[in-house]
Amino acid sequence: MSIIVITILALCAIGVTAAIILYFVAQKFKVYEDPRIDEVEEVLPAANCGGCGYPGCRGFAEALVKADDISKMNCPVGGATVMSQVASILGHEISAAEPTVAVVRCNGTCENRPKTNQYDGAASCTIAATLYSGETGCQYGCLGLGECVEACNFDAMYMDKETGLPVIIEDKCVSCGACVKACPNNIIELRNKGPKSRRIFVSCVNKDKGAVAKKACDVACIGCGKCVKECPFGAITLENNLAYIDYTKCKLCRKCVVVCPTHAIHELNFPPRKEKPADKPSAEAKAEEAPKAKPTANDETTENK
Amino acid sequence: MNSKVLVAPSPHVHGGDSIQKNMYGVVFAMLPALVFSFVYFGMGAIIVTLTAVASCYLFEFLISKYLLKKVPTLNDGSALITGILLAFNVPANLPIWIILIGALVAIGIGKMTFGGLGNNVFNPALVGRVFLLISFPVQMTSWPKPLGFNTAYLDAETGATPLAIIKEGLKKGEPLSQLMHDIPSNMDLFMGNMGGSMGEIAGVALLLGLLYMLFKKIISWHIPLTILGTVAIFSGILHMANPEAYAGPLFHILTGGLLLGAIFMATDYVTSPMSHKGMIIYGIGIGLLTVIIRVFGAYPEGVSFAILIMNAFVPLINVYVKPKRFGEKRK
Amino acid sequence: MLKTFSLGGIHPAGNKLSASSAIQVLPIPEIVSIPISQHIGAPATPVVKKNDEVKVGQLIAKSSGFVSANIHSSVSGTVFKVDDIMDSSGFRRTAIIIKVDGDEWLETIDRSETLVTEISASKEEIIAKIAEAGIVGLGGATFPAHVKLSVPPGKTAEVLIINAVECEPYLTSDHRVMLEKGDEVLVGTQILMKALGVNKAIIGIENNKPDAIAHLTKLAVNYQGIEICPLKTQYPQGGEKQLISATIKREIPSGALPIEVGAVVQNVGSAFAVYEAVQKNKPLFERIATITGKSLKNPSNWRFRIGTPVKDLIDAAGGLPEDTGKIIGGGPMMGKALTTVEVPLTKGSSGLLLLPREEALRKESKPCIRCGKCVSACPMGLEPFLLMVLADKKEYERLENNAVMDCMECGSCSFTCPANRPLLDYIRMGKGKVGQIMRSRK
Repeated sequence: MSIIVITILALCAIGVTAAIILYFVAQKFKVYEDPRIDEVEEVLPAANCGGCGYPGCRGFAEALVKADDISKMNCPVGGATVMSQVASILGHEISAAEPTVAVVRCNGTCENRPKTNQYDGAASCTIAATLYSGETGCQYGCLGLGECVEACNFDAMYMDKETGLPVIIEDKCVSCGACVKACPNNIIELRNKGPKSRRIFVSCVNKDKGAVAKKACDVACIGCGKCVKECPFGAITLENNLAYIDYTKCKLCRKCVVVCPTHAIHELNFPPRKEKPADKPSAEAKAEEAPKAKPTANDETTENK
Repeated sequence: MNSKVLVAPSPHVHGGDSIQKNMYGVVFAMLPALVFSFVYFGMGAIIVTLTAVASCYLFEFLISKYLLKKVPTLNDGSALITGILLAFNVPANLPIWIILIGALVAIGIGKMTFGGLGNNVFNPALVGRVFLLISFPVQMTSWPKPLGFNTAYLDAETGATPLAIIKEGLKKGEPLSQLMHDIPSNMDLFMGNMGGSMGEIAGVALLLGLLYMLFKKIISWHIPLTILGTVAIFSGILHMANPEAYAGPLFHILTGGLLLGAIFMATDYVTSPMSHKGMIIYGIGIGLLTVIIRVFGAYPEGVSFAILIMNAFVPLINVYVKPKRFGEKRK
Repeated sequence: MLKTFSLGGIHPAGNKLSASSAIQVLPIPEIVSIPISQHIGAPATPVVKKNDEVKVGQLIAKSSGFVSANIHSSVSGTVFKVDDIMDSSGFRRTAIIIKVDGDEWLETIDRSETLVTEISASKEEIIAKIAEAGIVGLGGATFPAHVKLSVPPGKTAEVLIINAVECEPYLTSDHRVMLEKGDEVLVGTQILMKALGVNKAIIGIENNKPDAIAHLTKLAVNYQGIEICPLKTQYPQGGEKQLISATIKREIPSGALPIEVGAVVQNVGSAFAVYEAVQKNKPLFERIATITGKSLKNPSNWRFRIGTPVKDLIDAAGGLPEDTGKIIGGGPMMGKALTTVEVPLTKGSSGLLLLPREEALRKESKPCIRCGKCVSACPMGLEPFLLMVLADKKEYERLENNAVMDCMECGSCSFTCPANRPLLDYIRMGKGKVGQIMRSRK
């Protein structure tokens, strides 16, 4: 009996002593930390994607608390909602950043851009890009080895087996920019999400002269400049045989889409186009158009969603 | 030309070496020892080997298919090696159910928990062996006498190994010179005419395997030779200090699992260091630990433990022991 | 025991199919495309424009920096255009395209075959002539030759080493040059010795070319200070650091140049080009290359004009075999796979190898079994298995600490790997990234 009592007492004594030591040690080595860091971190999505440019959410929280002005800092994953919560914790003015989304600027599918050779090296876009110009005649476009998909932490991308191109799932994309960094050919761009997710962009990055680009890929931008002339807002610039639409200036009028001879300019999530804009749309015409227009719209959404 | 031209970074040719070639090369090198074990222990050896190999394959297949959910790769030959090595490390009269447990531990815990071939820290066969040694000490240390095909499988006449005879005798305080009379001659030890685990007895067969592997460049000389050298030197020093208490180097090399361990177990690719410098450190470590365990430890035999202990140091060796660099700036 | 380098090395099958085929002259094509970047360093600046008439040997693009090289027309005719074309680098780059008309050489070039042994030019004149002739390292690395000959202040050259190792399997052009142009090579070597101010030269030849060793040893008696050094056949003996280690047993410190140990290395083909430039006033507009492959009808050696399409060379050797899977500019270990047969041959084209598809197709990569064979094979004493993992995980700092920049991309690791892992692919990528980081730090 006595052995049990002694054991219990001894254990209690050890426990109490250890507790006292721990208490004093904790007091002695306490590090002061702004409690708001924890609060801010709580609000952040804990994805640790690094899309904000800081090492993980904790790092971003520390930077946010330290910063005097957080209007330029943005959590691409949480977007405006999270940033407004952060602002209210820190007592800043709410700064609303325009939501952006990743866009693949290449439409060089197996059909549009025939392969001229077969890559047989390690399955990495960076390795292929340093080796040579790629499996097709276009040395600017997608290499199709999926390094962007590997970089995506949100399952927002996959490689389409039919086209050989990456596809961005718009609902899942948090615009962290990991894929943009991963792509050695700089095909992926973060663009304004646009009202109702409507966007217009040049789906090509080929800087070759028109003839060379066209020979390599049916839907390449040939740098003809028609869109530049057509654009009423001066949103399109032409540089190195390649058109670029500035999304801050673009008013989504879709005039450029029509004039592009190679269909390199893509429109996303727009309602089907009326065949003759001058005519008054009748119910019959609409019914006729819908099945015609739908496939193209679908094509584009699957490619670039 | 029918298909598109291939493009890849250099080099454009490959030496033709493959995992299979190396693995089956090791298996081929183990054949002499296998034949010797059949000759000495008869049916028991055959049953034990077949059970060990079949169960290793089975467990590897089941675990990779149903637990890891990947396509099982059985044709790389690594399960075959683990199976044969496990059989080599147990007595020829071990009951089938114990072998099954050994194979499960070897493949399941020793190999697949780490992610399969290439990722394990410890030699799978040794993990199985040591598990059995600790769990079933009686069965694992009653070695049948090598009577050829007259050896019965389960209720064979058993005897102690030379190492156990020495260990027991020294404990009782008998002088070594007296004990040596109970030990077979060096020639018998070399030819494998003694008690012991299935594959460890025939030194001559194991050495043949070593020569084959060196010739085929499957392994380099660094690991086996440093282990044997270290054991020889260390036990030699002890023997010279007190010949009545410590056995000589030749005895240590020819008895127990030292040759088997040094040639086939310590040289396992996955669990040994990558650079030659590292291999030498690893070999010296195994040699020292083996003699320490044999001479000063509780077990008569220490090779398995020595290898497993040094396996644990391999990642550390790989990080801190770098190969000699060309044009290295000398301090 | 024959000499060889100290660490690592592999023994790929020699496959010197074209060793006994004498050098032939490839017909001049109708049109040549001469890239303005055929060397390491800055691309040359074109000095001709569309519709200009050019003669053989005329300067068409001027060296645009210290590490750069002149480029000369290899044909006579009219400049058709200056445009971007696909070249052997795998990218579209600028080239001068010339329509051929006759074969009219500049009058200054001595076209006679007579051997000129008397070296009348002074040290400075030699270097200037070599620079003017646009000579680059003809072993494949294409480093401008005059840069190597300009010994930096504070350093002295003690010995000239001529790289006649030709350790790449299949290639035989250097071998043929030694057999057929032995005297020219030796005079070229003497010119290089004079340019460097050294009185000793070593020609390193692997012992798989016993006829070349015997031939040059016999001829070398007439030339002062030239020693023929037979070497044990082992890849990559043609690497500068390995060759110096093999011939004079000196190790170049990590990150340093051969001049650090008093050595300058030049290729045997470059020695021949130097002879022609200095003694015959002939710029580098043609060179000798091997076309080979197991399925090819006539594996052979050819002297061709720079800018000739690869296709012409293939046709001359019996046409593209049915089973061709890969067309490699250079040897199988360090050569570059070409995307089409339209690309032009350049100063760096030491050979053309047609590999059957079966042989060229890579086998499936398996998990690393940590056998350490890559570590044993690495001639630089690196740990390829580790570098590959670090490059894949983007651990650039650890890559740098593990001496990734010492890698010379010889491919011995990928060649030996029993698991068929693409070790060098990843290491090369990591090396590129670490190089960028190191440059940005400066």
